[in-house]
Amino acid sequence: MQLTLWTYEGPPHVGAMRVATGMEKLHYVLHAPQGDTYADLLFTMIERNAKRPPVTYTTFQARDLGSDTADLFKTAVRDAYARFQPQAMLVGASCTAELIQDDPGGLARALDLPVPVVAVELPAYQKKENWGANETFYRLVRAFAGPVERTPGGPRCNILGPTALGFRHRDDVREITGLLTRMGIAINVTAPLSATPADLVRLADADFNVVLYPEIASSTAAYLDRQFGQKSTKVIPIGVGATRDFIVEVAGLAGIDATAVLAESQSNLPWYSRSVDSTYLTNKRVFVFGDASHAIAAARMAEQEFGFKVVGLGTYSREFAREVREAARLYGIEALITDDYLEVEEQVAALQPELVLGTQMERHIAKRLGLPCAMISAPMHVQDFPARYAPQMGFEGANVIFDTWVHPLMMGLEEHLLGMFREDFEFNAAPSHLGASATPARVPEPVLETVAAQAVPDSSVQPQPAGPARWAPDAEKELSRIPFFVRGKARRNTEKFASDQGLTLITVETLYDAKAQVGR
Amino acid sequence: MNQIAPVAALRSGGCGDAPILRERGQREVFCGLTGIIWLHRKIQDAFFLVVGSRTCAHLIQSAAGVMIFAEPRFATAIIDERDLAGLADANDELDRVVGRLIERRPDIKLLFLVGSCPSEVIKLDLSRAAQRLSRQMAPDVRVLSYSGSGIETTFTQGEDACLSSLVPELLAEAADAAPSLLVVGALADVVEAQLGRLFTAIGIQDVRFFPPRNSRDMPKIGPNTRMLLAQPFLAETGRLLEARGAQYLATPFPLGVEGTTAWLQAAATAFGVNQDHFDRAIAPARDRATGAVARHRAQLEGKSIFLFPDSQLEIPLARFLSRELGMKLVEVGTPYLHRQHLAAELDLLPEGTSLSEGQDVDLQLDRCRAAAPDLVVCGLGLANPLESEGMTTKWAIELVFTPIQGFDQAGDLAELFARPLVRRMKLAV
Repeated sequence: MQLTLWTYEGPPHVGAMRVATGMEKLHYVLHAPQGDTYADLLFTMIERNAKRPPVTYTTFQARDLGSDTADLFKTAVRDAYARFQPQAMLVGASCTAELIQDDPGGLARALDLPVPVVAVELPAYQKKENWGANETFYRLVRAFAGPVERTPGGPRCNILGPTALGFRHRDDVREITGLLTRMGIAINVTAPLSATPADLVRLADADFNVVLYPEIASSTAAYLDRQFGQKSTKVIPIGVGATRDFIVEVAGLAGIDATAVLAESQSNLPWYSRSVDSTYLTNKRVFVFGDASHAIAAARMAEQEFGFKVVGLGTYSREFAREVREAARLYGIEALITDDYLEVEEQVAALQPELVLGTQMERHIAKRLGLPCAMISAPMHVQDFPARYAPQMGFEGANVIFDTWVHPLMMGLEEHLLGMFREDFEFNAAPSHLGASATPARVPEPVLETVAAQAVPDSSVQPQPAGPARWAPDAEKELSRIPFFVRGKARRNTEKFASDQGLTLITVETLYDAKAQVGR
Repeated sequence: MNQIAPVAALRSGGCGDAPILRERGQREVFCGLTGIIWLHRKIQDAFFLVVGSRTCAHLIQSAAGVMIFAEPRFATAIIDERDLAGLADANDELDRVVGRLIERRPDIKLLFLVGSCPSEVIKLDLSRAAQRLSRQMAPDVRVLSYSGSGIETTFTQGEDACLSSLVPELLAEAADAAPSLLVVGALADVVEAQLGRLFTAIGIQDVRFFPPRNSRDMPKIGPNTRMLLAQPFLAETGRLLEARGAQYLATPFPLGVEGTTAWLQAAATAFGVNQDHFDRAIAPARDRATGAVARHRAQLEGKSIFLFPDSQLEIPLARFLSRELGMKLVEVGTPYLHRQHLAAELDLLPEGTSLSEGQDVDLQLDRCRAAAPDLVVCGLGLANPLESEGMTTKWAIELVFTPIQGFDQAGDLAELFARPLVRRMKLAV
């Protein structure tokens, strides 16, 4: 049993739903108890889909258990076929139905429907959403993709991985489709998003695969390589550097020359980052957490394209832990591989970064800790499906990311003024362009509370052999003059300095001695 | 201003014995776990630990979690395959998880272990676990259990199950105690305060609310307790309270001017309050509410409305919409119909109202499309798809998450239905 406040990923059948909902003319019948229909609102509310997901739930209740849940399932499949007339059906069980072992695949096949039925077994007590999407996509491709007569002409590729409810998947597909088209490469099939089962049949009519989201398409890509010898891209085109690497990789797979495309491809990010206004971004400490692909890409951009310092990097995608660990080594840090929100919160609190790049969960954490935050990965909320075109990938994606990450930060001169005139009563601690509502939540700073609580009793017991050093009132006041976003770090550094020096009382002098020694 | 006829005069018509369409198909409703979303804010020293699957955790955070930035007083103990394979004794695991939780949140005085579909199916006995943990953690933390599973509960039935688990905890009041009034069902703090002031004005002094805001303020209960249900979905809680001696006061629910008047009247009658005094005491609030509701009547009168089943509030809402706002009821769906608690409501519905219980969502959508109502009340999974088909919808969940009871909310309640229509008229894109 795992104690969970928030979960990064839903259960695996939600991954299957993301695949089915992204596709056309496929219908998913899910053996599930009443209540599991909540998942519909992820698509209709968070993504604002205009259609209900193509999912029928059996919604069995206690009175159905042990009697006729299998019949209920068969009726649901039969009715769903009659009503929706899909090209193919997907069947499976949610966590509770897995326990009652009705065998959805066998039951559905016994109905002899005039269309193919694909059964997916998604172990709900071991696996999670992305694994479920990956497995479902693989099962569908395995069932449908076959040898085809190749279309003559120039290079062709498939785009694999985008689904419903993906972080900017729709816009990424548009951006990358445009890029590939400019390179003279034809798109054979994009899947799962917008593909029909019939489209999956002709996946082999391509020279290679562009894998945008390995979390969802890695098994499919490996299968297509084994079966049809199609190689896949490995580079995720997020950031200017990665997009250029991606162009080179694609050109290699397509056997074309990329020089012209590389020369004409432009992003505003390099100049924006080099302009002197961005100097204040230098070595800002950032914490990065998300799915593996987005986290690795964000860390590279943060270091190389923003000039930040990556102080934390992690993922909830255990399937890709190795890749994230390797990436973390580039920045001399240890990767955090966990799906426990509390562990992430602990690390963010300990590192006191100046910017958090994460998911909806890190947005909660950052808000609690009063830190600026930008979104880089699922899970996300309705506001992360913007009305405007906002890809993450390709050159336009880099522009979007530049704006998105810089937005929550204090601008250059403002940061200096705030540092110099902290006691100006009109300053609040949030960037002025975000308005008053962006004032960090007035979470009682745990550090200050501790001090206040310790200051009184400790002063009566002067010699204090092992305990932490005590803050003198004037030092504490001085600390409060330091901008909030570095205060935690200043406190920790000073306390560590004091303890290293064997000091029991931290004075203003100690504060500045520490700053001189360990300050950045 | 239209005069509202006294309740008793209308008994002859209504839908009291009307047939009802019962359907068993796909039910597009939440399970009882969803009740945690408001209960965890209502009882301020309580924590809700769902013992379930990743689906349960995902459900709660999807339905509510992302709206709440403060640390929630709920969590999920996610069962994994080790628990199922018996490698880890599920009870030891549960003790460990509860230990970690209480260590993190020492302010918790009441812990609910909330059963889910998987915990019910594997027959994990949470009531025994609750007793064991309660003994271990006494007197600091009390541990109770109830089931919010989808196989047993629909949406608001989760509150019924939660409150039911609290009933045996209530201390008995002496048989000769002075009469007291117990208001049952979670209400917004502001509504509680308003109702409290009204009861005082009416002359009923000893009014207790259940659930209380703090677990240590549990009301006592005995044969002189008179009980008003504030919510229509408390079948089991009502039954258990009656078994403890409480006297159930039959009345419509406090939605709208008419419902609130009747509801307060039921208490006043039970406490022998002089009728003139009662009328005078409620007059200011009642008049204010009448005016507030009237402002929305022009917008809603004559419009047709279709209610999908969601919270069991549908029948009282339909009564309000038809009688105070003049709306035409196309179909009134409810997940579950409790004929006794809703008897007074059914009597007030227009004769021949089409009622349905349970759901087969695709068939119900067919009926809805065929009827093409002016307004559809439905869950979050259906609202945007119906809007995209050109219908005007009102999210049902907002009716549960918004203070709507009592006189001073009657106008707000009407406005909730008027707003989607106003919006559709206003938008020119």
